[in-house]
Amino acid sequence: MTASVLISLEVNGERVDAHVLPRLNLADFLREQLQLTGTHVGCEHGVCGACTVRVNGEIVRSCLMLAVQTHGASVQTIEGLSDSGEVADLQAAFRDRNALQCGFCTPGMLMAAQDLLKQEAEPDRERIREHLSGNYCRCTGYHAIIDAIEITARARAGGQA
Amino acid sequence: MTIASANPEILSELDRPNSYIGKTVPRPNLERLMQGRGLYVSDMELPRMGHLVFLRSPHAHARIADIDTVAAKQLPGVIAVVTGKELAPVITPWVGVLSHLKGLKSAAQHAIAIDRVCWQGEAVAAIVATSRAVAEDAAEIVRVEYEELEAVTDMRTALDPATPVIHPSLGDNLAFERNLDAGEVDTAFAGSDEVVEADFIFGRHTGVTLEPRSVLADWNAAEARLTIYQGTQAPHMVQNIAALHLGLGESQVRVVCKDVGGSFGIKVHIYADEMATYALSKLLRRPIKFVADRVESFNTDIHARDHRCWGRIGVGRDGIITAFEIDDLTGIGPYSMYPRTSAIEANQVVNLVGGPYVTRNYRARARVVFQNKNVMCQYRAVGHPIACSVTEGLVDLAAAKIGMDPVEIRRRNLIADNAYPCASPSGLRFELLSHHAAMNKLMTMMDYDALRAEQAELRARKVHRGIGIASFIEVTNPSAAFYGVGGARISSQDGVAVRLDAQGSVICQTSITEQGQGSESLTAQIVGSVLGVSMERVRIILGDTDNTPYGGGTWASRGAGIGGEAALQAAKILRRNILDVAAAILQSSPNELDLAGNAIVNASDGSPRMELRELARIAYFRPDTLPPGIQPELMATRHFVPREYPFAFTNGVQASWLEVDTDTGFVKLLRHWVVEDCGTMINPQLVDEQIRGGVVQGLGAALLEKCIYDERGQLTNANMADYLVPMSGEMPDIDVGHVVSPTSETELGAKGAGEAGTAGAAAAVANAVNDALRPFGAVITEIPLTPRVILTALGRI
Amino acid sequence: MKAAAFAYARATSVVNALELLGTHGDKAKVLSGGQSLMPAMNLRLTSPELIVDIGELAELRGIAVTGSIVRIGALTRHVDVLKSPEIAANAPLLTEAIAHVAHPAVRNRGTIGGNLAHADPASELPACMVALNATIVVRGQAGERRVAAEEFFKGIYATDLSAQELLVGVELPVASTNSSYFFHEFARRQGDYAIAGLAAQAIVEKDIFTKLRLVFFAVGDRPLLARAATKLINVSLTPEVLAAAMIVLGEELDPQDDHQASASMRRHLAKVLLARGASALLCRPDLNAGGRA
Repeated sequence: MTASVLISLEVNGERVDAHVLPRLNLADFLREQLQLTGTHVGCEHGVCGACTVRVNGEIVRSCLMLAVQTHGASVQTIEGLSDSGEVADLQAAFRDRNALQCGFCTPGMLMAAQDLLKQEAEPDRERIREHLSGNYCRCTGYHAIIDAIEITARARAGGQA
Repeated sequence: MTIASANPEILSELDRPNSYIGKTVPRPNLERLMQGRGLYVSDMELPRMGHLVFLRSPHAHARIADIDTVAAKQLPGVIAVVTGKELAPVITPWVGVLSHLKGLKSAAQHAIAIDRVCWQGEAVAAIVATSRAVAEDAAEIVRVEYEELEAVTDMRTALDPATPVIHPSLGDNLAFERNLDAGEVDTAFAGSDEVVEADFIFGRHTGVTLEPRSVLADWNAAEARLTIYQGTQAPHMVQNIAALHLGLGESQVRVVCKDVGGSFGIKVHIYADEMATYALSKLLRRPIKFVADRVESFNTDIHARDHRCWGRIGVGRDGIITAFEIDDLTGIGPYSMYPRTSAIEANQVVNLVGGPYVTRNYRARARVVFQNKNVMCQYRAVGHPIACSVTEGLVDLAAAKIGMDPVEIRRRNLIADNAYPCASPSGLRFELLSHHAAMNKLMTMMDYDALRAEQAELRARKVHRGIGIASFIEVTNPSAAFYGVGGARISSQDGVAVRLDAQGSVICQTSITEQGQGSESLTAQIVGSVLGVSMERVRIILGDTDNTPYGGGTWASRGAGIGGEAALQAAKILRRNILDVAAAILQSSPNELDLAGNAIVNASDGSPRMELRELARIAYFRPDTLPPGIQPELMATRHFVPREYPFAFTNGVQASWLEVDTDTGFVKLLRHWVVEDCGTMINPQLVDEQIRGGVVQGLGAALLEKCIYDERGQLTNANMADYLVPMSGEMPDIDVGHVVSPTSETELGAKGAGEAGTAGAAAAVANAVNDALRPFGAVITEIPLTPRVILTALGRI
Repeated sequence: MKAAAFAYARATSVVNALELLGTHGDKAKVLSGGQSLMPAMNLRLTSPELIVDIGELAELRGIAVTGSIVRIGALTRHVDVLKSPEIAANAPLLTEAIAHVAHPAVRNRGTIGGNLAHADPASELPACMVALNATIVVRGQAGERRVAAEEFFKGIYATDLSAQELLVGVELPVASTNSSYFFHEFARRQGDYAIAGLAAQAIVEKDIFTKLRLVFFAVGDRPLLARAATKLINVSLTPEVLAAAMIVLGEELDPQDDHQASASMRRHLAKVLLARGASALLCRPDLNAGGRA
């Protein structure tokens, strides 16, 4: 029974059928089998947030989910969010505010930030810090990231008004 | 010295209407990183690639009696299992010493331990398999028989006669000692109104780069050439060392460094497991990839700051500091790290203590000892946080003793802004610093008096807030004095080649590297400014020993100051060459022409004469139309290294505002301010973000981060749940201000800014906690300032 | 850091899951949200031979209020509890506590049943269950049984659950309209496990506790329903009464030493929580004597 399992899922809008070993986690499946290397692996024990992806519209740590558990699910990675343009404004704010340095945490940060902005129109800095509190960044000290998300939230709220 | 917004006058070549210097422009490499299209070593795959896992010692000190690899080798998917003995013929051992650190000694270290392991985590066997998971399966069934030896773990007893000597051939466990005695220390203390002393204790911590160390080594046996893909800050250093120990010529080794997921000094060293990876690729004649996992990172990435430093300060009732004295002790693990050595941090502590202040009386001793723990070496702001915490802690203790405000005592002792050039008691030469201007600016930014009033008002309501101030100096732009003079093949110079391509765009190759600081951006900004070319037409190539000039890389706050100056000088040559060709084509003279807006323009009125792309077309495709004797040279190379000053010192001051819950010992950071002076700022936003990121690494050290070893040398918190890094929820907003004192050593005038934040943050926090606890009479000189430490100091537990 | 190989079975029903557990016993692990199991497997701290994935068992998911009982299915995720108006109305302690459980991405996967079955002594939810006087519903091949939360937690990662059983849900009494609650924990960083915490449920009449359940967590091998509470009931609370309760609390606690805190520090923090909890529940800032008041 340790043999590979056939799974069918949707990744960034594309149907994927794959044979995966039960022990393969979603992060490694995305990176190694689908070559979606934008999802990063930082700790592999669920603390750093670098591997954050969306499963069925909700953010999860892909190192804490087995690939076999995504059978029938819809998975979105940073590549998908970038190509669809969903986070283009957020990315622009990150760029303008230099809210990334080495960039290794950035895909996970963008995932978490967009998750917050989808749920709350104008979170204050404290709420932003709270929502990102499971995403580790060693470079920026977080201030610029919080700025970029706050700017994006305001712009989106203004756009709707 | 001027205040930030003013344009430094000396930048004639750069101070142009279309200059990018001093402007915030987005970094050119951000899009790929934000879209998940970067290429980190951990992302790379090559045909026939094997995944490497190391079996690591569970003991801090043990003799290896036997290694049985038979069962592991039979596991399906396993390519090879290699012991230290089997790898030794492929790669030679090394000794991490430098000749200018007199007396520094260390033992020969092997890529994989051969008969003895000296720290928990040292590799004892390498397993190469078709996947990391299979290699880990195999590692579980390699059987190693150990004979445990007594572990030396406490640095305080490492030199005792009763303590075993880790490397008997060295005679004792003392790796290095430095003594300094400047001025009249004893007389000064004797004449002081007050003398205060304290023991400062620093938690051993580490870099925790989000991308662990990663290397992919590809030995092509047919070409007899090794390509190393590695996240490193110093590609040419890696090239030199890999070649040296593999018995290859440097021309046989190419080092390629693509995107790097954080470095901070962690990735500027040569690690045994990386050397083993290179060697295994040569041995197995195929690409071998090693990506440390997080547990390995904690056990093998260099640690830093494991110091205990006694210090004392003499002061007059007038607040004048009479003398400093320190005795620093640090445990560096079983080997001095290669090739930069593990004595630099203690050496820096000796150099830097008392650095911002006038007093000439200073005595210091530093001892560096071996122990059976993971190796320690240079991590961001090497030695600075220790020196700054000791100095600024002592200054605050002195101020409290004589009842003087912490800012006032600093104002009475900081070197005057008009006293430069001058030197410190330890011999550091300061070209131009701005301590007082920085302090003045800080006072305005934080509204110091209002904050003091708020503190007093809250204290009456039993809310205990504190203000902590820390002035500091920072070593940047190091010359060969750092490593080269000690015999290390680590370049202190950098080179930049700039060329105009056939479309009128610019391609620039530089020997500095990018790990997110903005090396690409600052290089493009400089080159674009000099050549009048817009940023998007400048492409930067870096991180490839085959395709860049020779140079040091990005570390020790040197990229902008040294690499930036090389870029400036190279671009100036190319500019002259372009104008020569333009003058020939336009039948004008170079003096009458200028470059702006991607075109040749009239120097007098800026009116366009010819697109750069047109000049390039003529130069490359119709040189026959040029006057006789004109040979366009549309590529220029320049190298640069500081020669006048061994280091370009910068200065600054930080302040922390925080609240201590005196019932629980929890500290809440409310705000943090930094004023620093890194000379010319090429891109102010990048400078600010270097400062902020650096501050938070210092805040981690101040409150959270510590590698906790037990008495047997076991690292007990080698995971991210138990080793606490700073996360967004607890970090404050950080205000950054600047004073600008350009260095005259370069035309650019830029000094480094990468480490200033880390240098002073912990000192500011520690002083703020003590300020908050003043009503309780508790003084803490230990970091991290955990709730346990604070409650203990308060006598609550 | 890769999990050791294991076999995988996706349970098709509770009965099917129980069959698998019956066959494989200790060698199998139930995969619910996986937010504790996966890190342990990645670190090879645990290497089960079989993973029984119960994630598809819709029957175990959901929150329902029937009469005076709130029923939460084992597969109900933390995020579902956090956002549930039924929970906010009928067990607001849980709503508040669950915001302290890890981070959003973890709360999107982690389940109530998984959390309780894991029985981490530093976790918020077991303490809440004891404070709320919950009943844990357990199913085995022989049928269903109900265990009081107070009896369910047996030690560090140890519960009343056998290897052949499945935790299928919890039942909470609907909070009475005059009840109040207090939740606080001391954790080094947001979302970290607490180094000391308190979940409390009380009924206050005329500034006096008539009922009080104080449950401390992260200060012992399981949630502690403090006897100290009895010192605070039906008395007019004074600093002296509080001090007496603290002495009782100090005696009944048996905290562990670890990286974050010594046993004596945990005792101290528990007492601070007691003072702050009593002070908050009675709206009496003066009682928080050692605190910031």
